[in-house]
Amino acid sequence: MLAGILRRVGRRLLASIPALFGVVVVTFVLMRVLPGDPAVFFSSGPSAGKEEIEELRRSMGLDRPIPVQLVRYLGEVATGNLGRSMTTGQPVVVDMTRRLPASLELTCTALFIALLFSIPLGVAAALRPGTAIDHIVRMLCTLGVCVPTFVSGLLLIYAFYYLLGWAPDPTGRIDIFASAPPDITGFFLIDFALKGDWEGWWAAFSQLLLPACTMALFVLAPLARMTRASMLAVLGSDFIRTAHAMGLSRLRIIVAYALRNALLPVLTITGIVFSTMLGANVLVEKVFSWPGVASYALDALLASDYAPVQAFVLLMAMIFVMVNVTIDVLYGIADPRVSVA
Amino acid sequence: MSDLALNSSSTGRHIAYVLRSNPVTALAATGTLMLVLIAILAPVLAPYDPVASNVPQALQPPSWAHLAGTDQLGRDILSRIIWAARIDLMIAVSAVSLSFVAGAVIGGFCGYRGGRLDRWVGRFVDVLMAFPLFVLAMALVAALGNRVENIVIATAVINLPFYIRFARAEVNVRRNAGWVEAARACGDSHLSVVLRVLLPNVLPAMAVQISLNLGWAILNAAGLSFIGLGVTAPTPEWGIMVAEGARFITTGKWWLVAMPGLALMLTVLCFNLLGDGLRDILDPRMRT
Amino acid sequence: MTAQLLQVENLQVAFSTRHGTVTALHGIDIALAAGETLGVVGESGSGKSVTSLAVMRLLDRAGKITGGRVLFEGRDITHAGHADLRRLRGSALSMIFQNPRAALNPIRTVEQQIVDVLAAHGRLSRANARAQALDLLRAVLIRDPEARLGAYPHELSGGMCQRVMIAMAIACEPVLLIADEPTTGLDVTTQQTVMELLARIKAERGMAMILITHDLGLAARWCDRIAVMESGRVVEQGETVALFEAPAHPYTRRLVAASPTRRSTLADLAPPGLARDAAPVVTVPREHGPGTPPLLELVNVVKSFGGPTRAVDDVSFKIPQGGALGLVGESGSGKSTLSRLICRLIDPDDGDIVFDGESIARVPAREFHQSPRRRDIQIVFQDPNDSLNPRHTAFDSIAYPLRRLEGLRDGAALQTRVREAAARAGLPMDLLQRFPHQLSGGQKARVGIARAVAPRPRLLVLDEPTAALDVSVQAVILQLLDRLRREDGIGLLFVSHDLNVVRMLCDDLVVLQAGRVVEAGRSQQVFQRPQADYTRTLLEAVPYFDPQRTELLKTA
Repeated sequence: MLAGILRRVGRRLLASIPALFGVVVVTFVLMRVLPGDPAVFFSSGPSAGKEEIEELRRSMGLDRPIPVQLVRYLGEVATGNLGRSMTTGQPVVVDMTRRLPASLELTCTALFIALLFSIPLGVAAALRPGTAIDHIVRMLCTLGVCVPTFVSGLLLIYAFYYLLGWAPDPTGRIDIFASAPPDITGFFLIDFALKGDWEGWWAAFSQLLLPACTMALFVLAPLARMTRASMLAVLGSDFIRTAHAMGLSRLRIIVAYALRNALLPVLTITGIVFSTMLGANVLVEKVFSWPGVASYALDALLASDYAPVQAFVLLMAMIFVMVNVTIDVLYGIADPRVSVA
Repeated sequence: MSDLALNSSSTGRHIAYVLRSNPVTALAATGTLMLVLIAILAPVLAPYDPVASNVPQALQPPSWAHLAGTDQLGRDILSRIIWAARIDLMIAVSAVSLSFVAGAVIGGFCGYRGGRLDRWVGRFVDVLMAFPLFVLAMALVAALGNRVENIVIATAVINLPFYIRFARAEVNVRRNAGWVEAARACGDSHLSVVLRVLLPNVLPAMAVQISLNLGWAILNAAGLSFIGLGVTAPTPEWGIMVAEGARFITTGKWWLVAMPGLALMLTVLCFNLLGDGLRDILDPRMRT
Repeated sequence: MTAQLLQVENLQVAFSTRHGTVTALHGIDIALAAGETLGVVGESGSGKSVTSLAVMRLLDRAGKITGGRVLFEGRDITHAGHADLRRLRGSALSMIFQNPRAALNPIRTVEQQIVDVLAAHGRLSRANARAQALDLLRAVLIRDPEARLGAYPHELSGGMCQRVMIAMAIACEPVLLIADEPTTGLDVTTQQTVMELLARIKAERGMAMILITHDLGLAARWCDRIAVMESGRVVEQGETVALFEAPAHPYTRRLVAASPTRRSTLADLAPPGLARDAAPVVTVPREHGPGTPPLLELVNVVKSFGGPTRAVDDVSFKIPQGGALGLVGESGSGKSTLSRLICRLIDPDDGDIVFDGESIARVPAREFHQSPRRRDIQIVFQDPNDSLNPRHTAFDSIAYPLRRLEGLRDGAALQTRVREAAARAGLPMDLLQRFPHQLSGGQKARVGIARAVAPRPRLLVLDEPTAALDVSVQAVILQLLDRLRREDGIGLLFVSHDLNVVRMLCDDLVVLQAGRVVEAGRSQQVFQRPQADYTRTLLEAVPYFDPQRTELLKTA
């Protein structure tokens, strides 16, 4: 069993190498046709002389033909050198590693919140179709997909920060006057907990809660909708009728028979939802000035700074591959119809 | 001739029946219609010039003079919302039609043919769909240039996999149905089986998808302009309006965000509800 | 009279639908003594399955018992609570269903599912749960039961799944087993073994059984008593032999007449009033000169789909002009592939297909739509539900080949031709404007036939055209096909799993197994003196109707 799973992971990872390679090449080409000459942008100013700009172009390798630049870029990616950000002056890898935990902490918390609410809601709606709870869940689902994250985030700020005053100032991961936790994992919640600083933990948590809820609201609807639909389908299937005919207890039928089968499609959609959230990160991080990778890439994009954007897309592709492999393996464990070998 | 008349009148009756028994759909249809009218009649309906600033009147909360308040430059928010309906609808409709046509044809042929090409297209589409599409759209707009056409193209590209996948799946389940093979026995080539028999059967289901995707396309386009890509200020556009209003939310000027946000929400809601209703209308099994 | 095990008194069930409440059962009275086998027979929509579900109190949310009562072992369970029902179900009264693969949980092993049942009724001894499950698998005669314990339903064949289902149903030694179409959808040979197993278990354990079936042959063979249902009512019940020998109710009479026996001819199947003509069938092909080529000839046809085995392996046969040939085999025998090859929807890998002296295998299937032979070979599909374009009215469906093959435009000519085809298929003209979902199964089958005969073909390929139809409809459709052959001289290739039906319609038959011809010859001869072992097995398993042929179950 374990060997089978490992083989499966290995195969999937191998199979994703061409896709990753494709992403690298495509982003490289895309970024090279971007308008705006970065050499002009990063020269001392509009008054910079021609020689200065030429010098910069040479030092950035922009004077070479595109294929040469690509080969050089591929070589650097392979050795872990993703270039240097023009805006921060730091190597991109350094910037990214510092900021990635912020994005992941936000996304994972949001996904956790979303699953925590959507699955029970979906199940409750499916168990009592046509009743008040079903109608409420369906209405929530319909409304949920209509509110863009950047609007719901801002409205949450208005309600919980301005009106009620419950939430802290909605900028960044932690109050500017508070001290950040020691850098162990980069996940503030974990780091504070490891240090035993519960006051700090609470501060970080309350800072995280609003953006995480914003993102969770965004994906709650598709998850709850899928749970409800698949639970309804399973409850109407023949083998549930068999379980009733055999006198199994109601709880056992709902949990061991219906829910376990119904969660299979939910698992698949969770993978898609996760990658949607990676995209939505861009908007949420901007709204909450969250120091994550998405806002970093966005700033770089607007400043015609290639390297961070390329690195960001590559990073997204890698996370996406990991998520898919994970989902795939979980599915293989949960559903015997998918062959493990 | 008479057959046709009989047919369309029964369709009409069915639509009337669905609308009566499902008032939400009727409401959504009315809302969509109104939205289109508002977009067309923007010059007539908007009470103020959407771009003329009037600084003394800046940041006024909603009042009788300015139903939705004014922004930081004193522009009337309602007028801007009305004008923005034009550009947002235009982007969404053109993007969705582009991807719909391309997706239906590509998906239809792949689904019917099957085989290696179909598997490759299917794999590619799956990969694309699972990739953070908003990031892809961002990169596309950034690469192609900050213009409205490019927002349309980027939105169309990220919609495309949905249509390909949908058309492919719908065609695939019907590919081996008796009536498809019967059409071949009746003298259809593979090409005309796809174009005359399969796609017409799949299109209504795809129309539902269009309605649902229009909402999604609008959200994406607004999201892109929110982060500063695509449409640029001072053009009235819902995403930009929210972005400009974001600075004032912590000081309690809620209407700068809430009003365009509400417009976005209602628009998407109308499209989604209409999509759900269309599904009921177009399902021939529910026609009795 | 002894105390009845199960007593259903004036049971009424209604379903709430989009169009208001629909009454499914109008007061059913049936009774069953311990150890007895009752057959509940009827066609689709007769309410036989609803009866069984109502007895088990398994009706879905929309269905409600609106009157009458159900007594089990003298106790009224009509309004028993969930807890009481739970204790009863699976232990005292149990049920098995049709489509066994779907009836088992796809993500639990056989062992887990059997153990679940035992545990639910407190009959599980923790120490040897596995041994208990193993014993049950042995009881249902599953080969290699140790290996099967860890298997999931998708790894088992349909017949095997039904055995597992039976093992679960008998795990807690119920006194009553309800079998709802337990063999429908299984191959005929598997049907036979599953029924034998049920009979054996029933006899060994002294269970009572209710067998719900549309198949009179099955009911007659295995049941002590029969209840005949029609549109929510029991129209007649009694001892099996007495009831079938002398049916009193007109519906029973019609049903009995329509069920083919070993000696039936097509004319016997439907009373003269229903069939257009009851003239005895002349099963002699029209005389043609010795020089006339056969209508269709297959020469060593081979087709594989890339797997290790060939779907069609070296098949040859002939159909004379205006003749009728039956192609018999179980699922996977290659008979559907063969019919698509002959219709030139797919290409053979090797061999030749000769139509009226002209090789048509050389034109690729991709281009065959342009061939002048396209209109000569038409096909009627198995499932009437998926053989019609859901967006075409009956008229459009029938007109389609005329538009495409003959280039007819809307107008009087098209109208005439469509009406003519509809008339030949016995389709009432007022149905022409309906969509498929507004037609019954039999009507859809007629539209399918009308579409096939509209371009006036010379060969009609019939791919199990009656498999999904009720027997009374089947009888009428068979007579219709026979008339088309005799009056219009259309050659027929009739593909079926049912030897007995093929025998009545066809002069010659070919028996296929795993893509190869195992026997071929005149129908009567093959039927009476089968040469191949496989043909004998098939013949033995075919549940043709014979009120005299009753077996094991009665002697419980």
